[in-house]
Amino acid sequence: MTNYTQGVYPISEKQAIAQDTYSFTLYCPAVAENAKPGQFVHILPKGYGLRRPISIAGIDKEKGMLRLVFAVRGKGTESLAGLNKGDFMDMIAPLGHGFTLFPEAEHVVLVGGGIGVPPMLPLAAYYGSKATVISGFRSFPQVILQEDLAQYCAKTICCTEDGSAGTVKGFVTAPLSDLLREGVNAVYACGPQAMLKAVARACIESGTYCEVSLEERMACGIGACLGCACRTKDADGNEKYLHVCKNGPVFRAEEVQW
Amino acid sequence: MADLSVDLCGVTFKNPIIPASGVFGYGREYEEFYPLSALGGIATKGTTGSLRTGNLAPRIAETPAGMLNSVGLQNPGIDAFIERELPDLLTKDTVILANIAGSTPEECAEVAAKLDRTDVHMIELNISCPNVKQGGAAFGTSCIMAEQVTASVRKATTKPLVVKLSPNVTSITDIAKAVEAAGADAVSLINTLLGMRIDIRSRRPVLHNNVGGLSGPAIFPVAVRMVWQVANAVQIPVIGMGGVSSGEDAIELMMAGASAVQVGMACFTDPYAPVKIIREMDEFLNTNHIASVRDIIGTVQPW
Ligand SMILES: Cc1cc2nc3c(=O)[nH]c(=O)nc-3n(C[C@H](O)[C@H](O)[C@H](O)COP(=O)(O)OP(=O)(O)OC[C@H]3O[C@@H](n4cnc5c(N)ncnc54)[C@H](O)[C@@H]3O)c2cc1C
Ligand SMILES: Cc1cc2nc3c(=O)[nH]c(=O)nc-3n(C[C@H](O)[C@H](O)[C@H](O)COP(=O)(O)O)c2cc1C
Ligand code: FES
Repeated sequence: MTNYTQGVYPISEKQAIAQDTYSFTLYCPAVAENAKPGQFVHILPKGYGLRRPISIAGIDKEKGMLRLVFAVRGKGTESLAGLNKGDFMDMIAPLGHGFTLFPEAEHVVLVGGGIGVPPMLPLAAYYGSKATVISGFRSFPQVILQEDLAQYCAKTICCTEDGSAGTVKGFVTAPLSDLLREGVNAVYACGPQAMLKAVARACIESGTYCEVSLEERMACGIGACLGCACRTKDADGNEKYLHVCKNGPVFRAEEVQW
Repeated sequence: MADLSVDLCGVTFKNPIIPASGVFGYGREYEEFYPLSALGGIATKGTTGSLRTGNLAPRIAETPAGMLNSVGLQNPGIDAFIERELPDLLTKDTVILANIAGSTPEECAEVAAKLDRTDVHMIELNISCPNVKQGGAAFGTSCIMAEQVTASVRKATTKPLVVKLSPNVTSITDIAKAVEAAGADAVSLINTLLGMRIDIRSRRPVLHNNVGGLSGPAIFPVAVRMVWQVANAVQIPVIGMGGVSSGEDAIELMMAGASAVQVGMACFTDPYAPVKIIREMDEFLNTNHIASVRDIIGTVQPW
């Protein structure tokens, strides 16, 4: 069980890292102390009724800081993007069930698609040189966080659909297949549903352990309202609704009914 | 400190604020924020005769000053509720209203009969559920059906019975009178208003269920009007809800005629909303030198 709280936290750093994409650092020692890779925060844009779920993109327990990276998608994220250093964010955090970490793993692959790349950062920090990160973007203007990832990881592979940036033209699945053939201990993925589905299939076929971070529209964010249902199946194949905010956002690939 | 306690159908609430059914689960998740004993009561998630998986996602859509939901009564069924959720809830020193629903009057009665054998304090019968026998029309939209389902649940239990009314009707006072005649001890209102949103880029409804229930501040004026009309039409107490997000809103609903107030969507915006509302009500009463919250119930002076 997570230990979450609601609070109002000061922004200590703000940076525009790509078009309509921002990185915020918040001072929230108690939250940072409890936060784990794969968990998320639920932020209230001022004047709105529902909070916005945003993944944790960095945990600095020593400095008591949490990093968030998000793209402006609608009115709520637009309002949040308008905040500046010294302003406050109202959030419930940390929430959800994060990634399973394997201290003994020798080689893991982190797959991020677009705005699904940020939650890979805390995993990269944890696995360091044992991780290879494959990031996929539509095109050059969307590319984010490559230097941040390279700082931690053995290897970063950047793919763009149009070949305008990175070393691979096309989807993340091509370099992933190569790595799966070599053999890896675990694959972690976050990104668009179609990408997650392809990653999950490749991992299941090669018998590789895989966890995916899912998105769903949320209300409470803590498992009370049953709003963020996700169709899953248990080991015996029985269909079961789980909830992205409480049972997830991270699920085992074979658990999800794609 | 003003006296915030209220009495409803012989049950004493330490204050009039009750998180509404469906937003608060069985309370466990909110216990991380405050002890449940701070609350007047808790209305639990709607429970049916057997397990229901609910609707496909997306189940949530934001709307101006409100939201739509199409959760669809996902619940583990009455036996699991009684076995796994209720015993712990009853130790929380707050009034428990078990919200129930069903697709036939028999299902509702069976659920109520099972609860009758427990120590639950009150039963809240949600009659917005579609009646499968009557081709899917909600019990709550016809006086005859509302009366039938209330009468069959009434026969199944001696617990205080609150019937929760749907606002999606031409005359809510007629429905309220019908359930009063059929033996309801109180009514609660309003449930959500049926609504819809469309993503104009994909031309798809935002909710997978296409339509859903509207709640939140957007529906507050409708709630005030309906509580006022119903309170003037029946002799039994009224529990008001719909868009309450501040102590002043709660006071307003009580002046319209509510004896207690439920809080729904506001819990999502601010998980502390129920306790904040209790504090704000106390402040209002103190500032205005009102000794007891009971003194404001139904005190609106219409023109
Ligand atoms: C667990 C989780 C982690 C996430 N992490 C990140 C992240 O790190 N960076 C990032 O940029 N985005 C992330 N998202 C997506 C982000 O929550 C949405 O982009 C955001 O809620 C859109 O809000 P809006 O007000 O701009 O859009 P609007 O369309 O105005 O929002 C309307 C409503 O729909 C909801 N909504 C819209 N799109 C989504 C979506 N994709 N997922 C869930 N709810 C949605 C909103 O929360 C709001 O309630 C995450 C989503 C989830 C579920
Ligand atoms: C996510 C959600 C789930 C709900 N589930 C139920 C339910 O199971 N039974 C019920 O009687 N009402 C249910 N409701 C209706 C609320 O109890 C309440 O009547 C309504 O939301 C209006 O109050 P509000 O505007 O304060 O939210 C639900 C509402 C929401 C938002
Ligand atoms: S958002 Fe309420 S249960 Fe997940």
